[in-house]
Amino acid sequence: MTTATDTVSVTRDEVRSASKWLFVAGVVMLCIWVLLPIYFLMINALSSPEEVTSFPKRMFPSFDLASVTFFFKFQGVLRALWNSVQVASLTMILAIGLGAPAGYALSRFDFRGKEAFRFLVIMTRAFPLPLLALPLAIMFIRTGLDDTILGLALVHATLALPFAVLITFSLFSGIPVELEEAAWTLGCTRIQAFYKVILPLALPGIAASAVFAFVISWNEVFAAAVLTIQNRTLTAFLLQSLDVSPLPLKFAGGAMLVLPALIFIFAVRKYLFAMWGIANR
Amino acid sequence: MPRLLPYLLLLPATAFLCVFFLYPFVLVAMESVTREGSYSLDNFQRMVSHWKFGTAMRNTLLLAAVVVPVQLALSLAMASVVTKLSTGRSTLLYIFAIPLGISDLAAGLIWLAIFEQTGFLNSALYGLGVIEQPVLFLSYQNPMVIFAAIALAEIWRATAIMMVILVAGMGLIPKEYGEAAEVFGATAWQRFRKVTLPMLKPSLQTALILRVILAFEVFAVVIALGGTNFPVLMEETFQWQFTLQDRGVAAAYAMVILGISVAFTILILRLLHVPKGARV
Amino acid sequence: MAEIRIKNVAKQFGAFTALHSVDMTIRDREFMVLLGASGCGKTTLLRIIAGLETPSQGEVWIGDRRVDKLPPRERGIAMVFQNYAVFPHLTVFENIAFGLRMAKLPQSEVDRRVKRTAELMHIEQLLKRYSGQLSGGQRQRVAVARALAMEPDVILMDEPLSNLDALLRLEMRAELKGVLAESKTTTIYVTHDQVEAMSLADRISVMNGGYIVQSADPVEVYRNPAARFVGSFIGNPPMNFLPATRAGTNQWTVAGRVVPGPNAPRDRIEFAIRPEDMRLGEDGIPATVRVVEPLGAHTLVTTDVDGSMLRALVDSDLSVAPGDHLSLVPQPDRVRWFDPETMEAVR
Ligand SMILES: Nc1ncnc2c1ncn2[C@@H]1O[C@H](COP(=O)(O)OP(=O)(O)OP(=O)(O)O)[C@@H](O)[C@H]1O
Ligand SMILES: [Mg+2]
Repeated sequence: MTTATDTVSVTRDEVRSASKWLFVAGVVMLCIWVLLPIYFLMINALSSPEEVTSFPKRMFPSFDLASVTFFFKFQGVLRALWNSVQVASLTMILAIGLGAPAGYALSRFDFRGKEAFRFLVIMTRAFPLPLLALPLAIMFIRTGLDDTILGLALVHATLALPFAVLITFSLFSGIPVELEEAAWTLGCTRIQAFYKVILPLALPGIAASAVFAFVISWNEVFAAAVLTIQNRTLTAFLLQSLDVSPLPLKFAGGAMLVLPALIFIFAVRKYLFAMWGIANR
Repeated sequence: MPRLLPYLLLLPATAFLCVFFLYPFVLVAMESVTREGSYSLDNFQRMVSHWKFGTAMRNTLLLAAVVVPVQLALSLAMASVVTKLSTGRSTLLYIFAIPLGISDLAAGLIWLAIFEQTGFLNSALYGLGVIEQPVLFLSYQNPMVIFAAIALAEIWRATAIMMVILVAGMGLIPKEYGEAAEVFGATAWQRFRKVTLPMLKPSLQTALILRVILAFEVFAVVIALGGTNFPVLMEETFQWQFTLQDRGVAAAYAMVILGISVAFTILILRLLHVPKGARV
Repeated sequence: MAEIRIKNVAKQFGAFTALHSVDMTIRDREFMVLLGASGCGKTTLLRIIAGLETPSQGEVWIGDRRVDKLPPRERGIAMVFQNYAVFPHLTVFENIAFGLRMAKLPQSEVDRRVKRTAELMHIEQLLKRYSGQLSGGQRQRVAVARALAMEPDVILMDEPLSNLDALLRLEMRAELKGVLAESKTTTIYVTHDQVEAMSLADRISVMNGGYIVQSADPVEVYRNPAARFVGSFIGNPPMNFLPATRAGTNQWTVAGRVVPGPNAPRDRIEFAIRPEDMRLGEDGIPATVRVVEPLGAHTLVTTDVDGSMLRALVDSDLSVAPGDHLSLVPQPDRVRWFDPETMEAVR
């Protein structure tokens, strides 16, 4: 009787540990799948141009900065980089400046038209937004915004705004109304209560969504390529020179695009879920 | 005043979205049915009669048809793993989420590093003795390889979005349901099929819609890996706008992309319909 | 002088009426407890007084000022929230000082008041901590200290003890009573715990379904419920009700016995008696024992009287078993009567 149960439990344990190993192996495989391609790009970016075009490749970077230097010295790169930073910063300001008040209103008030606004925001996600660049190109020519930092930032802000609204909405919703009400009973006006209580608590999250807006703009290719000619952003610049530029330039450029992304995901990792407005309603 | 406050707060965002979202869409819709100042379907005719249209349409849909199901499976696997884990959960989530921040152009370049003639795939195959000399994978003679490379890059890049949404969705499912099913003798797979998946429907809906729409917008990955050898809708839109300087046809393309996006959104909403009151 | 007068205040949430025309006066320095079942509108009334909710109609007066159009900060109130609402980004010191700083008091005065209220609430040693490093009871003390530091005319408290465990509640209850009696403020205290209400209140307002059913001192509310609801809500176990039919002028038949009663303009009314107001004796209400629950000092006996339930607290020395027949004699001066139509007391 006892022996029978023992054998059963042993086989159970074996099954357990086997499936555990399978699980660990799966996790490792998935991590490799995600990380290996980035590693390859980094090898290329950190090797000399000769190594990049040589064959076969080594599996470790030589930490030769010639490719990177070549990239930065390449005509137009620095300017494109600077444009990217400007557009992304402006996008960030626009998206948060417009989105945070809306997110706050959605989280704190019940009012007529709230659903309509939510629908408008959700709807933007059901549309291929980069296509906006086509009609806006004409609009911008008429208003003198064509090929400007601001013009592109406006389009990128349209991309980033819905996210800013959803993230800040979920942020503010996470701060109990009572904290604000307590501040009111303690002598604060609405605005004072916001600055003294809500803002300090929401600031890290707002910063995260600002970073997110920055990266949306930093990464955007289509609208940037359509709307800029002289004032190329880095993505537009790389795209337009894809068929003419040498490999080391491409890979160094690619690495330049990826680097902020790594930092960004790390910075906002706590807010990843808020990002997609994940209230599955 | 307090009654007006919410409207005041919403006004900037609403006005912005009206001017830079709704209005441009009206414009592009008008543009697509206007030719030399009068209404006509000429743009659409030109678009359809161009030899690349069929290919671009087929490539885009085919790509979506291959990429999205694989991503669905992969993201479900990732989300399950992340949800199950207790230690190292946030690290793993961070790793899985990395591609989320990577642009499609960068993703294209990353996979170019693998597939180009002196790339890592060739190096690996050479190292293993499978090939004698590097193969030119990404040439117009190997459309299947280009397709595979683009599909891989897309899967690699955009699975993270679905994964994050699904992890959040799984977090909303109370553990008790799974435990209850376990008490009734359900295996892990049965629990996944009968408990997790049905309760995950709303998140699946969100994830799929977002993903399918992005799939129709595929652009920079394609250019980085296939150049002009692999036409897709977005790329054609770009070509008509720039190289061919025909905004009308570009607008028609935009309407087509918009049309299939909306159609698929509705389809997904229908297929994954969750009755009210049956939600978590 | 902070008398609070609530005149004809009502509140609708859409089609739902949370408060029906409430009238009440809370005297200066009075400790008023709002007592009622969950969802009866206690919080809503409190929030209207605080200015966190606008009434659909009616007026709120504090002292000689009409305040129902004023924002909370101009009403001279302080509030303790059910979940405490201690600011998580500030230390305990800064939490207590928050309102004082808003009032632009000089630093020396801020220090003095924070120190005094912290001592009063026994949290002097916590002043440097953040709310995340506090226990529920400590957080609650901070919330009260923050309100007291304002030296307000009126303190409003919404179930401040409901999140604490039983022992801590008992302790905090006594402390609160002492502190507030000293502070000379007018207090409105919301609870649905009747023991808490009885022990704290100068006066209790019992609410039901958006109405104030009775406002009186605790003993009065317990002894002379103005409505059937009050009797059935207060007391553990609550009042017993038995049907009574007219047997003559001022004479009523209850469980087969004729007893003297009020002269009500009806043929059927209700006889009511509290479980502890009956004793065993000759010629009482004939009752069949169903359940026996020893409670220590007393034994609770649930009996059946012609199909109605009657509960009695009897001495624990008495040995009773289910199926026994008892004769329960109500104490005549403790018998109350209710009109089953209006649900109000008949005298
Ligand atoms: N903002 C609101 N919108 C709609 N209905 C509300 C709102 N606030 C309260 N109510 C309703 O009004 C009624 C009274 O609510 P209130 O919060 O005052 O009850 P309460 O007596 O404090 O209950 P509890 O003891 O559970 O705290 C409830 O039925 C509640 O559902
Ligand atoms: Mg309440």
